[in-house]
Amino acid sequence: MAHAASHHDHDHGHHDQEELKTFGFWIFLMTDCILFATLFATFVVLRLNTSGGPTAEELFSMPGIIAETFILLTSSFTSGLAVLSMQKGDKKGLIGWLIVTLALGIAFVTMEITEFVHMVHEGATISTSGFLSSFFTLVGAHGLHVSIGIVWMIALVLQLARRGITSVTKRKVTIISLYWHFLDVVWIFVFTVVYLMGVM
Amino acid sequence: MANHDTGAHKSHGGSFKSYLIGFLLSIVLTIIPLVVVLNDMMSRNATLIVILAMAVLQFLVQLFFFMHIRDEEKPRYNLMTLILAVVILLTIVAGSIWIMTYNMTAG
Repeated sequence: MAHAASHHDHDHGHHDQEELKTFGFWIFLMTDCILFATLFATFVVLRLNTSGGPTAEELFSMPGIIAETFILLTSSFTSGLAVLSMQKGDKKGLIGWLIVTLALGIAFVTMEITEFVHMVHEGATISTSGFLSSFFTLVGAHGLHVSIGIVWMIALVLQLARRGITSVTKRKVTIISLYWHFLDVVWIFVFTVVYLMGVM
Repeated sequence: MANHDTGAHKSHGGSFKSYLIGFLLSIVLTIIPLVVVLNDMMSRNATLIVILAMAVLQFLVQLFFFMHIRDEEKPRYNLMTLILAVVILLTIVAGSIWIMTYNMTAG
């Protein structure tokens, strides 16, 4: 009994530390939120300043954007399912759902890059107008976040395959799923403010 | 011990059902603004209000059903930092819009 209690105490201390690290990451997310706030503010202020270049309405093709939106939304769901598998101690399920999330993330970034390349070919570059400068900065910053998340998630899948579910990898999965949900939330606002308001 | 375990589970927990509900609600909240905008169903201002309201609702859905902010134990530091971030965010965005719309000297 005494042994069990001390073991529990040790676990508890470790648990607290991982919890603290998760909270530290949460604070990072909140500051990232403020970063996106500045980019959104810039975009909203400049979005009608097209300087003779193409307007949002001429430029955006909604079918691709709608597909991107649902892909990212589904990946947010599957990253949640990964956490759920982890809590059940199901390593295979955890890695499986992370790989599904990764595939969806890669599909999202690929579609976004294709969209950007297409726009640049039509003469809509980052230096064309204030609207496009703020557009590429805001949407590009989000895409960059997703890309970083993909690299990070691949590394985490490799680590999970080697080490399995430990208190450390558990915390890492919790953190990356928070990051992924956060990116989906940012995308909801990109979708609304940039694309829907652009074509309405 | 048992108490502690459920507490730990709860703090970043959630069930399959809660994830599924969150996912379905998010899909609905994405489709509503799409339909409104693509079919030109409402006036400009009404559309704006609807799509922004849907975005905020979806943010709350993800916060509750995916990020489990409700399950946090006291003291609720996650919620407090979130509120701080939202206050700063709204100040930056609303402040920028206001100052650029109503205070242009060269316009």
